[in-house]
Amino acid sequence: MIRIPTKKKSKKSTRKTDTRVDGRKLNELRPVKIEVGVLANADGSAYLEQGKNKVLAAVYGPKEVHPKHLAQPDRSIIRCRYHMAPFSVDERKHPAPSRREVELSKVIREALEPAVFLEYYPQTSIDVFIEILQADGGTRCAGITTAALALADAGIPMRDLVAACAAGKVDGRLVLDLVDVEDKNGEADVPVAFLPNLEAITLLQMDGNLTVEEFEQVVNLATEGCKQLYALQKKALEEKYVTVSEEVEEE
Amino acid sequence: MTKLPVFHEKKELVTPGDLLAEGEYTAGENTYKEDAKIYATRVGLVDYTAREVFVIALKAFYVPKFGDTVIGKVTEVTTGSWMVDINAPHPAMLRASDVLDRPFRSRKSDLPSLFDVGDLLIAKIVAYDRTRPPLLTVREPGLGKIVRGQLVEITPTKIPRAIGRQGSMVNAIKKETGCQITIGQNGMILINGKTPEDEQLAIMAIRKVEEEAHTSGLTDRVTEMLRKEKESDKNTDEEEE
Repeated sequence: MIRIPTKKKSKKSTRKTDTRVDGRKLNELRPVKIEVGVLANADGSAYLEQGKNKVLAAVYGPKEVHPKHLAQPDRSIIRCRYHMAPFSVDERKHPAPSRREVELSKVIREALEPAVFLEYYPQTSIDVFIEILQADGGTRCAGITTAALALADAGIPMRDLVAACAAGKVDGRLVLDLVDVEDKNGEADVPVAFLPNLEAITLLQMDGNLTVEEFEQVVNLATEGCKQLYALQKKALEEKYVTVSEEVEEE
Repeated sequence: MTKLPVFHEKKELVTPGDLLAEGEYTAGENTYKEDAKIYATRVGLVDYTAREVFVIALKAFYVPKFGDTVIGKVTEVTTGSWMVDINAPHPAMLRASDVLDRPFRSRKSDLPSLFDVGDLLIAKIVAYDRTRPPLLTVREPGLGKIVRGQLVEITPTKIPRAIGRQGSMVNAIKKETGCQITIGQNGMILINGKTPEDEQLAIMAIRKVEEEAHTSGLTDRVTEMLRKEKESDKNTDEEEE
């Protein structure tokens, strides 16, 4: 089958217009849809769509750790698995965990840990599963945002929710929430995870090149994006609750 | 010294990390205090007294507490004890010495004959510190193996609602359905009725309580629902005759 290539606009030039490949403004998030409590078998779960990203997160625990030697005497441990489904990307992704997925699992776990009261449940583990069903850039951030909701849905005590968003530099301009093509062709991608009420960053990575001033601006841009996501997270948690109240009033 | 105001109305829905209050309040259930600020740790309804700020959690798993009555399932039989799943982060332990009157002697006693894997029992928590599994007893009256009835599981945070103020809710259900109801603090409720239909009624009532736990006037609505159900049952019985 012959694929007709789409005409790619010049990548190196700095654009004069204010829009990006998908028509968004420079500081505009992709459209987001969230639902909490979607899996019957998990203790907590959440589903999120951000642009073309589709993410499912499930949380189990706190429960006994098996194998026992992994247990910590003074706190719970978080075991996190970030995984991309074979059908989530254009070219089938091999189901086995890649080096990238192993690294992202670690990095996501470290982004969630500061938010959870692990000291409350020694000798236990909290298992977090993030499955990417469709990927279009920024999946580690979408995964963190979804996992935090699943943790809250599981009733696990948290210091704060965690919202994550990436910002970066594409075509010489600083942009928020990079799509896959922007990430691949751009100058820098900076994923950030943020505790909105405590105003603390729990994940900060950079892939690319930025000046110190640009970096500061990009991080601020990303935290602004995180704050917007946080508002949507709150709404999703509240929605589950409000529907029951409405049903009662109708009686 | 004046206390600073709280930031939410009573019974407003809050999410983890929401700033609830500042100043001289005590951090109650489902909250934590940092730098004289009190934040929520779970999704729920915030409430406060003159001194304390707390959150009634929408959903939380059971954390063992001394003196609680719980309903659990035996998962393991060892030489001197049983491990019991009580729906908590840690499984609980029932020692053989608690059940047998004489000092325990291995090989002479056959533990599985008393409780085997898969058996359900009602027990009380007699010891719990976070370094060891919670310890159970079945020595008191009303405790022991469950042989009949139906089990309903609801989220442990709604158990106080299922009991009601001084037992008002559970007593109302008992009266309307004629069932015996044992409530485990870990979210498990045992129903024993004279007929399966009675038990079904009680289960329906409990499900209703679980769904509408945060609303007011629930005890009356549950009683009304049970009476309506019994009426319609009676009418269908009369039609069939």
